[in-house]
Amino acid sequence: MDAVLLDPSLYTVKAVLILDNDGERLFAKYYDETYPSVKEQKAFEKNIFNKTHRTDSEIALLEGLTVVYKSSIDLYFYVIGSSHENELMLMAVLNCLFDSLSQMLRKNVEKRTLLENMEGLFLAVDEIIDGGVILESDPQQVVHRVALRGDDVPLTEQTVSQVLQSAKEQIKWSLLR
Amino acid sequence: MIKKFDKKDEEAGSGSNPFQHLEKSAVLQEARLFNETPINPRRCLHILTKILYLLNQGEHFGTMEATEAFFAMTRLFQSNDQTLRRMCYLTIKEMANISEDVIIVTSSLTKDMTGKEDVYRGPAIRALCRITDATMLQAIERYMKQAIVDKVPSVSSSALVSSLHMMKISYDVVKRWINEAQEAASSDNIMVQYHALGLLYYLRKNDRLAVAKMINKFTKSGLKSPFAYCMLIRIASRLLEESDKGHNSPLFDFIESCLRNKHEMVIYEAASAIIHLPNCTARELAPAVSVLQLFCSSPKPALRYAAVRTLNKVAMKHPSAVTACNLDLENLITDSNRSIATLAITTLLKTGSESSVDRLMKQISTFVSEISDEFKVVVVQAISALCQKYPRKHTVMMTFLSNMLRDDGGFEYKRAIVDCITSIIEENPDSKESGLAHLCEFIEDCEHTVLATKILHLLGREGPRTPNPSKYIRFVFNRVVLENEAVRAAAVSALAKFGAQNECLLPSVLVLLQRCMMDSDDEVRDRATFYFNVLKQKQISLNAAYILNGLTVSVLGMEKALHQYTLEPSEKPFDLKSVPLSTVPLVEQKADLAPVAGKQLGKTVPARQDIFQEQLAAIPEFKNLGQLFKSSEPIQLTEAETEYFVRCIKHVFTDHIVFQFDCTNTLNDQLLEKVIVQVEPSEGYEVVYYVPAASLPYNQPGICYTLVRLPEDESTAVSCTFNCTMKFVVRDCDPHTGVPDDEGYSDEYVLEDLEVTIEDHIQKVLKPNFGAAWDEVGDAYEKEETFALSTTKTLDDAVTNIIKFLGMQPCERSDKVPENKNSHVLYLSGVYRGGHDILVRSRLALADGVTMQVTVRSTDETPADVILAAVG
Repeated sequence: MDAVLLDPSLYTVKAVLILDNDGERLFAKYYDETYPSVKEQKAFEKNIFNKTHRTDSEIALLEGLTVVYKSSIDLYFYVIGSSHENELMLMAVLNCLFDSLSQMLRKNVEKRTLLENMEGLFLAVDEIIDGGVILESDPQQVVHRVALRGDDVPLTEQTVSQVLQSAKEQIKWSLLR
Repeated sequence: MIKKFDKKDEEAGSGSNPFQHLEKSAVLQEARLFNETPINPRRCLHILTKILYLLNQGEHFGTMEATEAFFAMTRLFQSNDQTLRRMCYLTIKEMANISEDVIIVTSSLTKDMTGKEDVYRGPAIRALCRITDATMLQAIERYMKQAIVDKVPSVSSSALVSSLHMMKISYDVVKRWINEAQEAASSDNIMVQYHALGLLYYLRKNDRLAVAKMINKFTKSGLKSPFAYCMLIRIASRLLEESDKGHNSPLFDFIESCLRNKHEMVIYEAASAIIHLPNCTARELAPAVSVLQLFCSSPKPALRYAAVRTLNKVAMKHPSAVTACNLDLENLITDSNRSIATLAITTLLKTGSESSVDRLMKQISTFVSEISDEFKVVVVQAISALCQKYPRKHTVMMTFLSNMLRDDGGFEYKRAIVDCITSIIEENPDSKESGLAHLCEFIEDCEHTVLATKILHLLGREGPRTPNPSKYIRFVFNRVVLENEAVRAAAVSALAKFGAQNECLLPSVLVLLQRCMMDSDDEVRDRATFYFNVLKQKQISLNAAYILNGLTVSVLGMEKALHQYTLEPSEKPFDLKSVPLSTVPLVEQKADLAPVAGKQLGKTVPARQDIFQEQLAAIPEFKNLGQLFKSSEPIQLTEAETEYFVRCIKHVFTDHIVFQFDCTNTLNDQLLEKVIVQVEPSEGYEVVYYVPAASLPYNQPGICYTLVRLPEDESTAVSCTFNCTMKFVVRDCDPHTGVPDDEGYSDEYVLEDLEVTIEDHIQKVLKPNFGAAWDEVGDAYEKEETFALSTTKTLDDAVTNIIKFLGMQPCERSDKVPENKNSHVLYLSGVYRGGHDILVRSRLALADGVTMQVTVRSTDETPADVILAAVG
């Protein structure tokens, strides 16, 4: 039996990934040396995407790692940990990331809005995980700490076309749903 | 497609990625904007985001350009825009390893970390610790201590986690913060508690008593955070594993109590911890299994997955404990998550009865193409285990496996199938023909050289002994025509084996080999020529020695010996007997059925014996002993936990034995010197020489040797008992400083007796084809005798005892006694000290006791006598 019990450790998360619906990397953060080079990372991401994007089950075992995932419209969120890791802990991280983003993006968790708020994503991930250690698991806290003042951007700073565009997008997705 | 992305395009962009066509140089150009006054926060923020995005995509930044951008960025600290500042922290962390002189931001970060703005403080601490090295850590120590006990949770958490990271750089400094961490552990915030507990454990990891105390404290006071509970469970189970106290300790009670926690995460962690504990009884497992059973019907896939995966592990050791969950597991077979379904089925395969096998196999085949290779391997391993359990089901399995073999799949997967089929063939003679046929079909279209050669080897071994060997020849020869060099060479060897064992096929094999002699590859040609000429002689002994039972020497030893021979040219021909034999590797039990990462250790470790050979050759007194024949496993000569710990390894040479005593002094107030182990033989052995261990400080192992000569005349009396006494000079010393007294005194310590038995004189050698070897040795020195083993009650026991007693290698899988038989033949082979082959055929019959007829053949008279004398 592979009963080499986990050394009790706070280092839980090996990587966090967000891919788009073509499997392209939008965001990726690796916290240890499992995949040291960009080439290996991309190969792993490709593999992960091929194995998961067609199914809506939320957990898989790939290349000896536990992968929990979730998709939203055209985005795929992944949290990766050792195969000995408590799957529910990884799930807690994934849920926290997703719920935080969902609040920050006002439930429009899709590629375009995400890309318009990349800084929010960067900051949120930074608040949830630090070097592989789970820093926070409560989405409320994360949103509070990121404290993105996306709202107080006065309307005048947005161009008319931007407003139109986002309105169009919202209608489109509400129709698609 | 020529799209220059600037502000306008972004506005017009229709849902495409505004970052897609970013150019590093353009972005760095934009970064000059940082130097403008007044700072435009929005635009700077956007540029920083672009830089981070590029870094995130894996874009490479040179040191120069990174440093330039970094220094420009530092100017942004003048702005008070919150988001911009936070992005600066991120940039600092990302660039810490790329840019030079990142420490210039230290003072800015220190200011933010101690400032009033709580939003800045946590992230600033983490950024600061990222750029701090061991020398600078002292400077910020005061601030870190304050931050750890800060009442703002984000600040405290950040400081604790950063301390954890800093431990890798400077353990000693972080260790001084233990009191602060202790205080933080009683925080009300769940994350702070978790991080504090984690840090405390890391700091006290090496002090078992402190860890035990810590657990005791927290189990009593209780924790708020589910994460902290999980951590505590892990620490407790680690502690439980290290201590052999059994499961009655409060630690086990604590883990068990966590099964009733309100968080699923904690319940699962506790269940998994209990299941992974070694030597758990069924009763102890039961509560853990029943919570997992509940999880099986959870609506959350992750929870179902976790439960069934853990149950699968239980099923490996305690199948009966899981039977209660069979109903729940059957429901999971149709789970939409294929991983869950697979795990459920493989678990059922382990726990289910023979009658359910057919149904389960049918269900697997419906979705086997949809799961990942890792799980396919798991399925194959489960089937393999099942075949051993229910040998009668092999036809169903074989069909299933051959279907899987035809599907697409990676190397690991195919190898697992081939291994599985191979083991079925070996276990089960009835399945041989169909199994070989499937494998033949597989190599017709196999892209993996390793597998093709492996199968060809198997065909060569098993094929000739089937009723109809000629039908395999075509498959084998096809490989010679179609494949790469390695496979062709393997095919040639297989062909030769057919020729050697089947008289009627010999002419055609010779023709085929003759064609192979035209091959473009050297190795293939050489093999073909060699086999062709050997086969042409039509001599059974030649066939046996050179085709059926290959070389039995250790490759490393052979290389060394040949190298030595070429260095010192002599008239004498090279003697193969001077090469050490290869030791039969212990058959590794493949109990580990969990899907592990496909990273195998590819290194060839030099055989243990080759290492010993080198060590011994370095000692001048042992130079002339010749080749090392056999080294025994270490034997303990002291009880555990006595003053001195001694174990012995017996190295057998042609006429001598060297005893290697590995001694450890476990008294910290003594220094031992001139340590020897005196031996007194009971038989005609003669002690020749002692090599002392010069000094034996506390807890540092040392080695001393004793050389004895084997008796010359009475050569059948090989067994002997040695009384051992360790003699040494003691110098007392201060336990703390280790400084010894000047004066020492002699002392001795009686060790347990050391036995030399027949086993030490025989090296295990596997003869793949025993019959051929038997004929090759011939009956020149054949001895036969019959014995009654009245105390042995079963054939299994008899076989195990004989193998253990003689220390020889069972051949032809004759160590496995078929069920419900009254008689059995055991084939053993080995090489006797001095290099003579020795073969034993032992016929066993079961009546009231076991009656055994032993026939020994050898290339010399002595070994045969020795064996019979020893058995009698």
